[in-house]
Amino acid sequence: MNRITKLFKESTNQEGLLNVYFTAGFPKLDDTLKVLTALQEGGADLVEIGMPYSDPVADGETIQKSNDQALENGMTVRILFDQLKDMRQTINVPVLLMGYVNPVLQYGIEDFCKKCAEVGVDGLILPDLPLDVYESEYKHIFDAHGILNIFLITPQTSEKRIRQIDEVGEGFIYTVSSASVTGSKSGVSGDMEAYFNRLNAMNLQNPRLIGFGIKDHATFKKASEYAAGAIIGSAFIRVLEQSNNLSEDIKNFVYQVKNVSQEEINA
Amino acid sequence: MMASVAEKNLYQVNSRGYYGTFGGAFIPEMLYPNVEELREHYLQIISDPSFQAEYNDLLRNYVGRPTPLYKANRLSEKYNTNIFLKREDLCHTGAHKVNNTIGQILLAKRLGKKRVVAETGAGQHGVATATVCALMNIECIVYMGELDIERQAPNVARMKMLGAEVRAATCGSKTLKDATNEAMRHWINNPVDTHYIIGSVVGPHPYPDMVARFQSIISEEMRWQLKEQTGKETPDYVVACVGGGSNAAGAFYHFLDEEQVKLVAVEAAGQGVHSGHSAATTALGKPGVLHGSRTILMQTEDGQVTEPYSISAGLDYPGIGPQHAYLFDSGRGTFLSATDDEAVQAAFELTRLEGIIPALESSHALAVLGKLGATPNETVILNLSGRGDKDMATYMKYID
Ligand SMILES: Cc1ncc(COP(=O)(O)O)c(C=O)c1O
Repeated sequence: MNRITKLFKESTNQEGLLNVYFTAGFPKLDDTLKVLTALQEGGADLVEIGMPYSDPVADGETIQKSNDQALENGMTVRILFDQLKDMRQTINVPVLLMGYVNPVLQYGIEDFCKKCAEVGVDGLILPDLPLDVYESEYKHIFDAHGILNIFLITPQTSEKRIRQIDEVGEGFIYTVSSASVTGSKSGVSGDMEAYFNRLNAMNLQNPRLIGFGIKDHATFKKASEYAAGAIIGSAFIRVLEQSNNLSEDIKNFVYQVKNVSQEEINA
Repeated sequence: MMASVAEKNLYQVNSRGYYGTFGGAFIPEMLYPNVEELREHYLQIISDPSFQAEYNDLLRNYVGRPTPLYKANRLSEKYNTNIFLKREDLCHTGAHKVNNTIGQILLAKRLGKKRVVAETGAGQHGVATATVCALMNIECIVYMGELDIERQAPNVARMKMLGAEVRAATCGSKTLKDATNEAMRHWINNPVDTHYIIGSVVGPHPYPDMVARFQSIISEEMRWQLKEQTGKETPDYVVACVGGGSNAAGAFYHFLDEEQVKLVAVEAAGQGVHSGHSAATTALGKPGVLHGSRTILMQTEDGQVTEPYSISAGLDYPGIGPQHAYLFDSGRGTFLSATDDEAVQAAFELTRLEGIIPALESSHALAVLGKLGATPNETVILNLSGRGDKDMATYMKYID
């Protein structure tokens, strides 16, 4: 079974599942595996690795800058697959690749999915790959390689479209908390609660993770009350930006978000 | 007004938003409702008689249409053929861009939008947007690459005087593509009350088709003006420069299905197509996705968008509209390019022969007149997309 499907199916986690995003090849080109490993050790339940892109229209300044830096470091899709090629010797958490569709198209969708399966990537998040194009042109390729495609919904997404996405999408639904690019300061507001409650009442077949504006334990906990868990991106990139000791800082960040006590860490 | 539109519709957008394999709406979900709202309503709004009446009235009495079709005799003599200039440089605000912004502001009003956001390269589209926003009393925010803000200072001043807020795009190459990214992000963050006025035939469907329709007035006028002046139904060549391709799309629109009319699109070769400093998209690009549509774009092997270069800020864009990608791919369009130097030389030539100072963008179209192979009996219509006032600082460097 796909690791993402298995996680949501078998998790007994009451506190919410934590998915952390980071940009591949950031802060340094060779940090990808180090960051991934520390996230797993800290207790992240899923990890989303961003493939840097020159024109990330859905991202705010923090992630844009990490993309620019990673590209400057020389990051490419090929290098990323090379960095990940032996990850499954040590990494057990589900791993997703997040990025924009053009680099994937240039690599070739078929080759890309094949390579994902080979290195042990479980799912893809490609915000600018439209639902209809995925369904008519690419779904059979994803399916053949066992790669799940994760779709986004926003507070503006109509009920009809949410149902379509729930039908076609797999793994989980990436629930964007507010109308914004990544890195907005919002947290979880009253408007959002109404939206999250509306989603809960829809009885969707896919679980949901809430993203955008989640930055610490309080926002993570709040979001997890309304969904299977939450996704942290920009706030984690800021930790990486400022870190002098990546492994330590990453683990501490995850402990804090999940509110793991010192005794639990020691045990 | 738009009844004579391409009867066979071979080169027009299909019902799914594609031109062949190009086009579509490759947008993040955050933009989906905005774009869907437009897609659902644009045709109905545009074809509404009250819209048409208001649009045509403004084009006539505010923009100054029809713009002349001018037989350039001395230029014709030089190239030993018959050259007509479509004088879009005489539009209010100095370029064809205003045809589109008039249409889109009327659309935005009918959609109940309170604010407009736009991107701009040379500043012509920004000025045209700020102008119609002033006219309609709508708040206006224009994103412009930091680099372009420096090299197009007069247009920045015009936008500010018109009451627009000009915001610098400081990421990436700091030019048009980055300003477009910022405008899209702004629209994501303000989905309900804001309309995004794209300045060219680029972006997700329905933008390329919508902008082409608003610019199609150019070729609509060309047809009857040519007939009136020469008795001919169609010219042999239509020549236009291509940044994103809106002036070219408008100039080609009513000739698309008349295969005997050669459609010539001219891209900016910068310092030379293969110099590493160029914006000649079809020569250097490959199919991919840029700003919401599948098109041809300049990119690295890894699929990263390449930073283009041209002396002309309006042509300094790494892609072309999806319809142009289709015209290129299908062979219906002929794609040529002109270097910085060739364009500047052509600008001086037109100025000295005809007393018209063209925009640097339009000068690229002028620069290929000698390469067309047009005979003394043939007719060439060149779309003079804008005037050169904004480019005087650049031109001055060539005057000794
Ligand atoms: C005078 C003029 N011509 C042409 C262009 C290029 O745009 P397009 O290719 O959309 O016509 C511009 C853009 O700023 C312009 O100002």
